[in-house]
Amino acid sequence: MKLKINGKEVESAAKNIAELSVELALTQQGTAIALNSRIIPRTEWETTALEDGADLFVIKAAYGG
Amino acid sequence: MPEIGPEGQEKLSKAKVLVVGAGGLGSPIATYLTGAGVGTLGLMDDDVVSLNNLHRQVLYSEDQIGQSKVLCAQARLKALNSEVQLLTYAEKLTQSNAETVIKEYDIVVDATDNADARYIISDCCQALGKPYVYGAICGLEGQVAVLCCGKASYRTLYPKVEGAPAPEIKRIVVGVTPAIVGGAEAAQVIQLICGYGQPLIDKLWTIDLRTMQTAIYNL
Repeated sequence: MKLKINGKEVESAAKNIAELSVELALTQQGTAIALNSRIIPRTEWETTALEDGADLFVIKAAYGG
Repeated sequence: MPEIGPEGQEKLSKAKVLVVGAGGLGSPIATYLTGAGVGTLGLMDDDVVSLNNLHRQVLYSEDQIGQSKVLCAQARLKALNSEVQLLTYAEKLTQSNAETVIKEYDIVVDATDNADARYIISDCCQALGKPYVYGAICGLEGQVAVLCCGKASYRTLYPKVEGAPAPEIKRIVVGVTPAIVGGAEAAQVIQLICGYGQPLIDKLWTIDLRTMQTAIYNL
């Protein structure tokens, strides 16, 4: 399955966002994932299925000020 | 300007805004809110001015190194607009002082440099029903959102994961990044007070200064 992650096409076997976060080895703290411009709450990561061509953005927390 | 007008100016003059942090983000936020004529501006920071602050913390100068940031900021901002009531808190925001300070204000603006302070502001703003204008920077990137006055808080955006290692905080930043992000935060505050347009309530705005690409995500 092909996904678009931060504008780049990526081959993935992840069925949902939780699996994608493991596949991409994302840190649990300070990571948000948006699907079709909506940030998916952490509680919905497992139940949000990914389809071919899904448009995702991984957003890292910034801490500076 | 039709979006503000005399009514908006009146609203600004009655507004009470707390800026937590008087560093890179706090400098443009406080400057533009003072210039806009916000009635009461609170500045909270326990830090002193350092030489390596000066490329981005434009409220300060070389002769102020070692002096309290909030007191230096107060003097500079008073010279800019003497009608603004400037209150200073030369202390760190903690769980124990947050409510006492925040309850005195209408809006809290984030100019902090760590996650813990953001959780404290968010939790307190949510409990008190006060808008929290979130902003943060990293290198050439920045983020802004208006939280705690819709359905989303800072915990909605970045839930605290118990037991997770503390995030690595990169302190290297170009001076213009907080200028742009702090300017956007100040713009949100003015917009919230005057009530025009569509502020970033439950939305995250991001900017990447490598490409000038911006995005808005729904929360």
